[in-house]
Amino acid sequence: MIKPIVLWSDILIFLLVLTLVGLFTYLKPSSETQANWRKVFESRLGCCTFMILCLYIFIALLDSLHFQKPLPSTMESSQVFYSNEVLSILDLIHVGMLDKEEKTYSAPFAIYSYSKENIFSDSGQLYRDFPRLIHGGSHLRDDSERMKDIFSKTLFALFKGIIVSSVLIGSILLIRRTYFYGTFLPVNSACLLLGIIVTGWIWVVELGAYYHILGTNKVGADVLYQAIKSIRTGILLGTLAALFAVPFAIVFGISAGYFKGKVDDAIQYLYTTLSSIPDILLIAAAVLVIDVYIENHTDKFDLLIYRADFKFLALCAIFGLTSWTGLCRLLRAETLKVSQLDYVNAARAFGVSHTGVITRHILPNVMHLVIISTVLNFSGFVLAESVLAYIGVGVDASMNSWGNMINSARQELSRDPAIWWSILSAFVFMFILVLSANLFSDKVRDAFDPRGLRRMRLDL
Amino acid sequence: MWSYIFRRSFYALPILIGVNFFTFALFFMINSPDQMAQAQLGIKHISPEAVHEWKKARGYDRPLFFNDEKNGLDTVTKTIFFEKSVRLFIFDFGKTDEGRVILDEIKKRMWPSLAVALPVFVVGLAVSIFVSLIVVMFRASLFEFSVMVVCVAMFSISSMFYIIGGQFLFGKLWSLVPVSGFIADIGALKFLILPIIIGVISGFGGGVRIYRIIFLEEANKDYIRTARAKGVSELAILFRHLFPNGLIPILTGVVVVIPTLFLGSLVTESFFGIPGLGSFTIDGIRSQDFSIVRSMVFLSSVLYILGLLLTDISYTIADPRVRLT
Repeated sequence: MIKPIVLWSDILIFLLVLTLVGLFTYLKPSSETQANWRKVFESRLGCCTFMILCLYIFIALLDSLHFQKPLPSTMESSQVFYSNEVLSILDLIHVGMLDKEEKTYSAPFAIYSYSKENIFSDSGQLYRDFPRLIHGGSHLRDDSERMKDIFSKTLFALFKGIIVSSVLIGSILLIRRTYFYGTFLPVNSACLLLGIIVTGWIWVVELGAYYHILGTNKVGADVLYQAIKSIRTGILLGTLAALFAVPFAIVFGISAGYFKGKVDDAIQYLYTTLSSIPDILLIAAAVLVIDVYIENHTDKFDLLIYRADFKFLALCAIFGLTSWTGLCRLLRAETLKVSQLDYVNAARAFGVSHTGVITRHILPNVMHLVIISTVLNFSGFVLAESVLAYIGVGVDASMNSWGNMINSARQELSRDPAIWWSILSAFVFMFILVLSANLFSDKVRDAFDPRGLRRMRLDL
Repeated sequence: MWSYIFRRSFYALPILIGVNFFTFALFFMINSPDQMAQAQLGIKHISPEAVHEWKKARGYDRPLFFNDEKNGLDTVTKTIFFEKSVRLFIFDFGKTDEGRVILDEIKKRMWPSLAVALPVFVVGLAVSIFVSLIVVMFRASLFEFSVMVVCVAMFSISSMFYIIGGQFLFGKLWSLVPVSGFIADIGALKFLILPIIIGVISGFGGGVRIYRIIFLEEANKDYIRTARAKGVSELAILFRHLFPNGLIPILTGVVVVIPTLFLGSLVTESFFGIPGLGSFTIDGIRSQDFSIVRSMVFLSSVLYILGLLLTDISYTIADPRVRLT
C-alpha cells in the first residue's frame, strides 16, 4: 500500500480551488459580473491564455497529491518500510522519466555524455571518449539510428495524440451541441489549443521515457522533468500569496474606508509603515529569520519535504504581507467613494447593521478591484521567485523551482561550449506562464474596469 | 509650503519608529539571540561559553527592552532594542559582523550604485516616454499592436534572463565589453555600459505599457480635440500639447524612486561585480549578517519616505493648481 503524504501547501491549494469553485457555483455572480467574465472569455486571447493557465494549475494540482511508495518487503518482518522519496500523481504520468539520472551534463536528445571519460574498450584497453548515457537512448545500438528512432517515435506520439485529442474534442463538441448550443466561447481556437496541449503532453510522455528531451544538468538530472516539477512551485507561490494577502486587504481596506476616523488613521499608519520597507529587503530579512527558526527546530520536521514546505509557506505568507498594502489602499479609496452613495445611506437608515452593509452593499461593489489586483500580482510573484533564488532567500534548495534552476545554471553559459538547455527550458516554462498571466490579466482588467485603475502598476 | 514640509517630516517619525519596531520584532523576537548564536555557530556540541562569546562580540548579551541590573537611564539604554535600533535614528548603524563600520561602507558604496542606477533611470525614462509617444501617435494601427506585443513579451521576462543573456551575448559571444568588474575612475565607463543597457532594456516593456496608457488618456481629452479642430498639425499636438501634459503624471509618479537610486539594484550589481550598496546588501543577506540587513531596511525606508515627500512637492511644481496646506 502506498502511504499518502499531506503537506500544508497541498491542503491550502486544494482548499483554495474548492472555495473558488464553490463560490462560483453557489453564490450566483451578479449579471454584471457574469457579463464581464463573458467579455473575457469571448475573446480568443482571453480564452486561450486562460486555458494555458488552467493547464499549469492542473499540473500543479496533480503534483500536489503526494505519497510514498513502500520498499520491497523483507521476509522477516511484516512491518512495511517506506521509501524516502516522495512522489506525486504527476510522477505516475511521467513514470518513464523517473529515476533516470545520468552522471553529468548531456545535450538534448543526446545518447552520449557531454564530457569525456576514461573507458575500457572490450579488449581491455583504456581510452578517453564520450561515454554512452546510462538511460538516454540506451535502447539504440549507435548514433546512426537516433534520428530515425526519434522520428518514428514522434510520428507514433503524434498519431496517438491526434486520436486522443480528437476523441476529446469530439465529445466536447457533442456536449456543446446538445446542451450549450449557441455558447459565446471561441470554441474553434479553444479546441485547437486543447488538441495541441494534449498531443504535446503525449509526445513528452512517450519520448521522455527514452531520451532526455531537454538534456540533463550538472548532476545528471533530467532538465525537462525539473522544469515540469517546478510548475507546482510557481503556481502555488502565486496563488497562496494572494490567498494570504486578499483577506488582509479586504478587511483593512474596507474598514478603513467605511469606519473612517481613528480606524482609518490606524490602518493608514499600518500600511504606510509596511510599504515603506522595500519588498525585497523585507522578504530577505524574513527568510533569514525563518531559516534560523528552522535550524533551531529541526526536530519538528521529520521529512526533508516538510521542512521545505514550511519554508515555502512562510515565503508565500511574506509575499502576501508585502503585497496587501497596494490593494488595501485601492480598496480604502473605493470604499470611501461607495459608502457615500444613496443606497448605502438608505440601508443604514433602514437599520441594516454595519456587517450587513459591508457584506451586502460594499463588498460586491469593490470586488472587481480584488480580482484585478490578484491577477496582476500573480505574474509578479512568479518573476520575483527567480530573483530571490539568486539572492539566496528563495524556496528551499531541495524544492524544484525555476529560480533554483536558473541560479544553478547561470554559470553554464560561460562554459565552452556553452550549456544552454538548462537555462533555456527554465526561461521557456516561466515565460509561457508569465506571458499568459499578463495577457489574461490585461483582458480581465479591460473587462472589469475599462477606465480607472489602468495606472495601478505605476506606484509599484 | 515650508510648514507643510516640516509637518510632513514630523509625520515621518512615527512611521520610522514603526519600521524600526517591526524589524526589531522580526529579528529579535521570533528568534532569541541565543538561537541566532546557535544557528550561526552550528547546532551540535556547542558550549554555553561560545554562545556567550558570540553574543558579547556582537552586543547581543543584553536584555531585549529593560535592563533590571542597571540604574537610572541605563535601564533603557543598555538594552538590545536601544543599542540596535534607536541608534539608527542618528544614522549610527554600528559595525558589520566582520567589524567594518557600516556608515563608512554606505558612504563609500553609494557612488558606484548611483553611477549605474542614475543613467538607467534617466535613459530608461527617456526611451520609454519617447517610444510610448510614437506609439500613441500611430494609435490603432498594426504598428501599435506589434510594439505592444513586444512590450508585453519583454515585460514577462525575468530580469535575471536579461542580465544572463546580455552578459552572454555582449560579453562572451561578441566580446564587446568586459563581463563584469569595476574601477573607481573614468575608465569605469566600459564596465558600466553593459549594466546600463540591460537595465534600460529590462525596464522598457513595463514602462511603455504604463506611459502609453497615460498618454492615451490624455489624448482623449477635450483640449486635444480643440487643437485638432483649430487645425494644429499632428506633430505639434503631440509635442506641444500632449507631451507636456502627459509628462506631469509620469514625472510625479517616478519622483518617489529618486532618493532610492542610491541603494542601487541588488541583482544587477552583484552580477556585474559593482561594489555598490546593492551588492553590499546581498553580501549581508548571504553571510546572514543581520546588522547589514537591518541598516539597509532602515535606510531604504527613510529614503522612501523622503521620496513620498518629494512627490508631494513635485505636484506643486508641476501643476500650479495643487496647493499644499
